[in-house]
Amino acid sequence: MTGDPSDGDGRPMPDRRGISRRGFLTTMGTGVLSTAAAGQLTAQPTEVPDVLGANELIKVALDINGRTHEALVEPRWSLAHVLREELELTGTKVGCDRGECGACTVLLDGLPRYACLTLAVEAEDREIVTIEGLLAGEELGPVQQAFLEEDAYQCGYCTSGQIIAAEGLLRHDGNPTDEAIRHSMSGNLCRCGAYPHIVTAVRRAAELKRAGGAS
Amino acid sequence: MNDHPDARYYTEGIELPETEVSTDLEPWGETRVVGQPRPRVDGYERVSGTAVYPADITLPGMLYGAILRCPHPHAVVTAVDVRRAAAMPGVRAVLTAFTPLDRATQPHADLIRTRLFDTHCRFQGEAVAAVAAETPYQARDALRTIQVQYEERPFLSDERNALAPDAPLVREGGNRVREPQIYERGDVEQGFADADVVLEQEYRNECEIHTPMELHGCVARWDGDRLVLWESTQGVYNVQMQVAAALGMPFSMVRVVGPYMGGGFGSKLQTGKYSIAAALLAKTTARPVKLVLTREETLLAVGNRPPSTMRLKAGVKRDGTITAMEFWGSGASGAEPAGGASLLDWPVRDTYSCANVRTELTDLYLNAGPARPFRAPGHPQGAWALEQMMDALAEAIDMDPVALRVRNVPAVSQARGNVPYTSTGLRQCLEQGAEAFGWDEARTQIAESGNGGTVRRGIGVAAGLWVAGGGGPPSTAVVKLFADGSVNLNMGASDIGTGTKTVMAMVVAEELGVDPDAVEIEHADTGSTQFATGSGGSKTVPTESPAVRAAAVDVKRQLLELAAGELEVDQSTLALRDGQVVSTADPSVARPLSGLRSLRRRRNLTGVGYRGPNPAGKAVTPFAAQFCEVEVDTATGEVTILRFLAAHDSGRVMNRLTYQNQVFGGITMGIGFGLTEERILDVDRTGKMVNLNWHDYKLPTMLDVPVDMTCLPIDLNDTECNATGAKGIGEPATIPTAAAIGNAIYHATGVRVTHTPVDPLRLVDALAQAGEG
Repeated sequence: MTGDPSDGDGRPMPDRRGISRRGFLTTMGTGVLSTAAAGQLTAQPTEVPDVLGANELIKVALDINGRTHEALVEPRWSLAHVLREELELTGTKVGCDRGECGACTVLLDGLPRYACLTLAVEAEDREIVTIEGLLAGEELGPVQQAFLEEDAYQCGYCTSGQIIAAEGLLRHDGNPTDEAIRHSMSGNLCRCGAYPHIVTAVRRAAELKRAGGAS
Repeated sequence: MNDHPDARYYTEGIELPETEVSTDLEPWGETRVVGQPRPRVDGYERVSGTAVYPADITLPGMLYGAILRCPHPHAVVTAVDVRRAAAMPGVRAVLTAFTPLDRATQPHADLIRTRLFDTHCRFQGEAVAAVAAETPYQARDALRTIQVQYEERPFLSDERNALAPDAPLVREGGNRVREPQIYERGDVEQGFADADVVLEQEYRNECEIHTPMELHGCVARWDGDRLVLWESTQGVYNVQMQVAAALGMPFSMVRVVGPYMGGGFGSKLQTGKYSIAAALLAKTTARPVKLVLTREETLLAVGNRPPSTMRLKAGVKRDGTITAMEFWGSGASGAEPAGGASLLDWPVRDTYSCANVRTELTDLYLNAGPARPFRAPGHPQGAWALEQMMDALAEAIDMDPVALRVRNVPAVSQARGNVPYTSTGLRQCLEQGAEAFGWDEARTQIAESGNGGTVRRGIGVAAGLWVAGGGGPPSTAVVKLFADGSVNLNMGASDIGTGTKTVMAMVVAEELGVDPDAVEIEHADTGSTQFATGSGGSKTVPTESPAVRAAAVDVKRQLLELAAGELEVDQSTLALRDGQVVSTADPSVARPLSGLRSLRRRRNLTGVGYRGPNPAGKAVTPFAAQFCEVEVDTATGEVTILRFLAAHDSGRVMNRLTYQNQVFGGITMGIGFGLTEERILDVDRTGKMVNLNWHDYKLPTMLDVPVDMTCLPIDLNDTECNATGAKGIGEPATIPTAAAIGNAIYHATGVRVTHTPVDPLRLVDALAQAGEG
């Protein structure tokens, strides 16, 4: 709030200058974003990055729920922002925008990830699944059905993230113990405190999936 | 703020309309739909991601708003330079205290008496400027370029120092919000003289912050001269009236819409400055504006459960008679008069029989964000003191803690001048709860185990009551029955996640014999739904459900009259079942509602219901007792909660499934209050909050609560409280929790920790001081 982050003629400050996606990836070895992307970045580009002008948008193609969505984004835009405000996929919620609550959880190549800590450019060429992607047409998927039956939510604002986290767990462990459920879901806050019902719902979802509910 | 014991904090400062009283309804006997465990009528929307919360709204041409906030605990703004911000890409408007816009400098609400951008900032997080831009990133970029000159002032960051002679003044009139509030009955000095044992103890609770999952925010759009606000709120009419007052507009020209909202816990009962700012930004730019706060802003500026310091002195005879209690409580309102000590003393005044009681409350200013009602204001704190004192008294006279409480269950509300309760299940909560928990067995088992190792087990109990869980007028509901047998319910109340809509659909279904899923609900819209007070105080179900029932009964009366004429039978033999009109006298008479010609000709039947007054000369109060078992690692100070059992008398259980969810949620929040949550201010140096995020301000996660929770409803069939027999459950569920944990920690370790949150550091410190661990 203090100091003058602009360069004196009203132009935006340096952190608003983007670089191309490939260039961006080369910078990922340092800084806070490396945590979010740990283990996922293998690109080793050698060319010099192109520098984007202020407010220059770049085109990304995002594979969301089995469909390709193209969007013009600033490199710094989070996946959560692009999903919600650009593509109007508002089932994904934002509770903190800093990787603390899990309301924005989506599946990235089958693993639960916080969409607020994932840049949209980083999600290109990845398979993204949001809460909308668990519906079969308008029919609820098994995890959604289980959350409804067991009343595993109150206000519903953390629910998309909880359901996606549970979906991620069940894709890797079809019959989780309560301890596995509690650990796997502990990155998703629920201020209403529906946790006991969420445990019941994840157990129920596992049953539904084993019984043949598609996902 | 609670001079009168039944003053309703959730309508404070709001003028209430008088409504007609619906004809008295007979209490229900057996119910077919009400009371069942039923998934929510809006469950599909909430689990599919299709429910549209205010922050999900995107309108054509919409801009994004953001607010610049004062970084200092106490400062005066002397100049704001917005030239760079105004010239930045995408920026469409910048407002400050110096913007020549009349409305921006008017006092903006009755409840908050500062100007929208007050140049005298008395807390970190006070609004200084607002920006609207094409993207939220551009709006935040612009905030960073605004140059504000602050003249910093001395600040007060611990209200326990507020009355020291050299304390910095938060407000010019001094650091007391008001004169101390004193309550007295009997003669406490005589009571202490009559006691066999007198104990005295100080207790402290740190500040807890609501942080609902959905950030506070709104979308504002001007439709000509009319303002439409999609707002995340517990009460659309509260927002309507406060925004209209701030902008000098007629109420009718402010439409507030909020059918889905992501939690509030009291922090969304009133209007925030952000809604006024959004409206003005939208006006200035002639474009819709979405303004959603950041998580950091919600930790600073939209309310909290204030920190409290309490001292309780209590006397008891060997036979368990409590002879006297004297209580001193103080709390921090924050920088505005916001009820820093409100209701801290109510548990002491009303929970147990005691002839001689004196309480004194001191409400203090602090250079920190103003308090707001938070799930049972004052009560978890008051119970933290009272319920630990009850345990200490029981031990001192060698009596079982449950037995001492049962011994002192009152027959009347002593704090209201000994008026009887419409129902009191406190005794049953304690006795049936203890039995279901296995209290005696667990105590014996733990005693026999020796419990001397590093990891020790303990069990604890605490009871509670809630001052305001009876609800009351006004409320109006309208039920429309269509010719095909489907139903609309129109009501103003918000469903804040408690399952209100589902309960109301079940009430309509109960009376009209239709499936609850056939009841479609319009609600929480000042433009199209009936007046309702905000959803707070655990009063939504006891307030709205009698009005909804009355509206359904109005329709039912009309329908049976039509059907009796058409079927040529006596109206008194007709009933409504499974979408049909049936005769109780002749099983062959059964007609689907859609098959009634007389109904088809009318197209629809409309019924109106009003909420009548509560019974005169009676108190309507929910009661609770909670039991828990903990494991304490005396080496690390970690507390693991193994199980919880909650026995609640909240009158009729309307929906067994959502009722249980409320109870478990209350326990979870109580665990946070007791063990993890604390606003930490940098008292000695900067006065700023240092744990301004959810990593450092710790909410309970799934790993912090036990899977083993039991909900035991005590349903005494209260036929007097109102026409559905329901009392509130949301707040009672969190009142005894922390105290029960405190008592269990004491049982496990022999050390009483009187300061919440009982985090490992505090517990290890207390153990070390006691020579344990």
